[in-house]
Amino acid sequence: MGEILKGTKDEWEVVIGLEVHAQVLAGSKLFSGATAEFGAEPNSQVSFVDAAMPGMLPVLNEESVRQAVRTGLAVNAIINLRSVFARKNYFYPDLPQGYQISQYELPIVGEGAVEIDLPDGGGKTIGIERLHLEQDAGKSLHDLHPTKSYIDLNRSGVTLMEIVSKPDMSSADEAVAYIAKLRSILRYIGACDGNMQNGSMRADVNVSVRNPGDKLGTRCEIKNVNSLRFVRQAINFEARRQIEILENGDIIDQETRLYDPDRDETRLMRSKEDAHDYRYFPDPDLLPLDLEQSYVDELKADLPELPDIRKKRFVADYGLSVYDASVLVAERDTGDYFDSVAKNRDPKQVANWITGELFGHLKKNDLTLKEAPVSAKKLGELIDLITNNTISGRTAKEVFEKMWRTGSDANEIVESEGLKQITDAGAIEIIVDKIIAENPKNADEVRGGNSKAIGWFVGQVMQATAGKANPKAVNELLRNKLKD
Amino acid sequence: MSVDHKTIQKIAHLARIRVSAEEREELASELSNIFDWIEELDKVDTNDVDPMTSVVQASATLRKDNPNDGGYPKKITANAPEAVEHFFTVPKVVE
Amino acid sequence: MILTDLTIAEARNMLNAGDISSVELTEAHIRAMEATSSLNLFITETCEKALSKAKESDTQRLSGNQGKLEGIPIGVKDLFCTHGVMASAASKILTGFTPCYESTVTKNLWDAGAVMLGKTNMDEFAMGSSNETSYYGPVTNPWQRANEPKVKLVPGGSSGGSAAAVAARTVMGALGTDTGGSIRQPASFCGVVGMKPTYGRCSRWGMIAFASSLDQAGPLTRTVRDSAIMLEEMAGYDAKDSTCVDIGVPEYEASLEKDVKGVRVGVPKEYFLEGMPEEIRSIWDQGITWFKEAGAEVVDVSLPHTKYALPTYYIVAPAEASSNLARYDGVRYGIRIEGKDLQEMYENTRAEGFGREVRRRIMIGTYVLSAGYYDAYYLKAQKVRTKIAADFRNSWKTVDLLLTPTAPSAAFVQGEKMNDPIAMYLNDIFTVPASMAGLPAISVPAGLSSDGLPLGLQLIAKPFDEELLFRGAGILELAANFKEKPTLAA
Repeated sequence: MGEILKGTKDEWEVVIGLEVHAQVLAGSKLFSGATAEFGAEPNSQVSFVDAAMPGMLPVLNEESVRQAVRTGLAVNAIINLRSVFARKNYFYPDLPQGYQISQYELPIVGEGAVEIDLPDGGGKTIGIERLHLEQDAGKSLHDLHPTKSYIDLNRSGVTLMEIVSKPDMSSADEAVAYIAKLRSILRYIGACDGNMQNGSMRADVNVSVRNPGDKLGTRCEIKNVNSLRFVRQAINFEARRQIEILENGDIIDQETRLYDPDRDETRLMRSKEDAHDYRYFPDPDLLPLDLEQSYVDELKADLPELPDIRKKRFVADYGLSVYDASVLVAERDTGDYFDSVAKNRDPKQVANWITGELFGHLKKNDLTLKEAPVSAKKLGELIDLITNNTISGRTAKEVFEKMWRTGSDANEIVESEGLKQITDAGAIEIIVDKIIAENPKNADEVRGGNSKAIGWFVGQVMQATAGKANPKAVNELLRNKLKD
Repeated sequence: MSVDHKTIQKIAHLARIRVSAEEREELASELSNIFDWIEELDKVDTNDVDPMTSVVQASATLRKDNPNDGGYPKKITANAPEAVEHFFTVPKVVE
Repeated sequence: MILTDLTIAEARNMLNAGDISSVELTEAHIRAMEATSSLNLFITETCEKALSKAKESDTQRLSGNQGKLEGIPIGVKDLFCTHGVMASAASKILTGFTPCYESTVTKNLWDAGAVMLGKTNMDEFAMGSSNETSYYGPVTNPWQRANEPKVKLVPGGSSGGSAAAVAARTVMGALGTDTGGSIRQPASFCGVVGMKPTYGRCSRWGMIAFASSLDQAGPLTRTVRDSAIMLEEMAGYDAKDSTCVDIGVPEYEASLEKDVKGVRVGVPKEYFLEGMPEEIRSIWDQGITWFKEAGAEVVDVSLPHTKYALPTYYIVAPAEASSNLARYDGVRYGIRIEGKDLQEMYENTRAEGFGREVRRRIMIGTYVLSAGYYDAYYLKAQKVRTKIAADFRNSWKTVDLLLTPTAPSAAFVQGEKMNDPIAMYLNDIFTVPASMAGLPAISVPAGLSSDGLPLGLQLIAKPFDEELLFRGAGILELAANFKEKPTLAA
């Protein structure tokens, strides 16, 4: 259950719905052939269509449609075989047409659901209301001139999917977990890069509060929140703000607000004050979009394994803990990496290597898995050297470090640096006998029943062999020799 | 149906067209007349009729995802009443 | 021989035979433009460009590789964007706007060798039926009443400049656009042939939008054959317009060789209006007789929702226009009138930039789409539109063509209807229904009114059956034998 917030008078429950805008990964825009890349010179990725020059007309990008359908399928949603593009009319300098082409009454994707993973290990199902395609707006820059705003239309017309959740979330944790899961799914299927910093994924957060069990309260919409941290902070601030208003006996105005991270507060968005009447109507420049069921079926068959299914498989087939499995499936690359290393190896050991050494090194060097110098194949070979007693676990960590730095593979390093364990029992026995002979007092202690003291001997042997002796073999020999 | 001044004011604002008090008067009466005339449509029974979506009865054609347009910021801003370094400029907006 | 009296077909044959050059032909028309300058036919004249293009055409012809309209001088309604020439839509708001792109339809014409003499005057954003809403002033019809020659008449609209220029012999043909009758009604008023193709036949790309679901480009010419020649070059699939239909363009000119024996011509009884001028009725009867004499079968039909077409149109077209014209905001092109802030800048720019009729229609359109009125007006209108289209579909079971008058009157006096919007809107009563259903239709001059003014008859055909439309129009043209020339022609 969601958390209960205590006001000064009452108890309150928060109700959250999210509209996530995800930029579709495509070469060109939703309705024009201009490129959709991030960060170019002003108005250089703009066609006459995007600048709404007189007489220009939109033509739908098939890749945008394909990715929307795939995303719909990935969130277990109904695909509407007929959908209609509509115009949402309002004036704003970064909206050159004076309307945004979006979908209103008949979106391309209908109801669906997403399972979220909560920090306490629990889960929850969050309903998806709909998913529709729409054009992104351009960018207004307000700080380049004292009395002017500058308009760059590079983003104008880029494909966005708006994924609307049901108001099923009741805490900032759930909202954050929902966005994280959605992001994971989008990245799995390659529909969106999920980069919140660049704005290719952002959320409008609808927040209302109510006394537990009451009907829904009036909501406020916080626009364009662009990080998980800000989503959390915005929700927490907004809930407190609304509770305070209600406990003072006032009412909430339904309004559009902005989250200001510098002040950690939400404030009324002035430019949206009167934008209540969008005069939606079907865009007469575009015909209805009709999809064949067979097209949808093909896309469905081509979807990769999705994180929830993969997680279940990792638990069932590899015997991983739910926690380890969740960590390993969050990114598709990690899951793929794990799958390829874990094949015919000890899954638990592989999981530990990935979440321990590998993740640690990635984080320290600020690299993605794709950039890692140690490939799945190489990590697998390293683990094999442990399994077949060529090196010890401790040596393996040193080898990993060297692999990371040089890009060489494990066998080369072990070979060239002479790190191979001494497994020849005869060679180890000579050393063991020598140390026992030199330390009769300690040997007597062990023989007298102090089994812990055997550890001291192990340490001495390892030191004498520069760590290359097989610890298992050393242990066995010592136990035999020091039997009373 | 009569369209009052308040409605004219609201519509003019939505359409971003300044109307003077005098024009408001004229528009109210003209639009009232036009909507009276349009009321004729109430006589048509449209139960169970689908609204027209397109006269050509076809569905959307899709474009291949080829990035083959744009890259001419000069042309984009060539006709602008005001532009600076390929940006359009407008009076400062407060969000 | 007067070069400006030639039809496109005649000129083409003489050019091909080497009897005349395109430069001569173009120069003759430039002189005609000067002689008719008082009619205010053009917003922008492009005589120099025309001459250099004519020279190129003459060279091209020598190579034996000429286009079908090689060297033919024409006018282009100022609603089409042509590269490097101002496109104004006859609106103040687009003052100085010079597109860096070429509309598909004009490109097709230039590819066929046509020569542009200039951008013709029109109603602002194609909104009007008299060419009096132009920011560049009204166009005067080259026709005059026999008994009142001093009275200035309107050419109809919105393609008034194009129709009048063709009638006045200043261009051999002209491009127009038709949303609710904007080619056919001025064609009727000016005694020329005006043709609106099936919605989707010609690309709308680069044509400044008025009402997207209705707008369609079409030719204005002096003969049906010229109309067929022009449309054949204009039409065709364009991947840049999602509503453009991908079916082949037939050889329209060739279709004129066939007769109409056995063709079923429908006469819709709902077009008989009470109080309709007697001469309109009698010209219609005349048309019926001509078809019977040509061996067609004339059939009475009913299109019960005809009378709802006009009010439906005045919901749908303004609704689409209110949205299409939102882009004229003073930011990226055209004029800007400053204000104390952004909102004032928008409101000042649009109040000053748009003329009265355009503002009125934007207001109507905004209203019918606004919260609480959408269902009652816009949705209702689109449902009625479905019924209007169904009426036509029904009629095609029994007929192949429909014959109606084009307009309820002959050309009227300038200023007469400017203060009565509904009276002005009623001009399109016979042309709007076919527009609402996206059907091809043509107006052919059929005779003169008692005042000596031209009157047109309209034929409507099934979607994409322009061939039969031209055949039928050819029969009317032949029978009417309309040879009169307006008094103010060059």
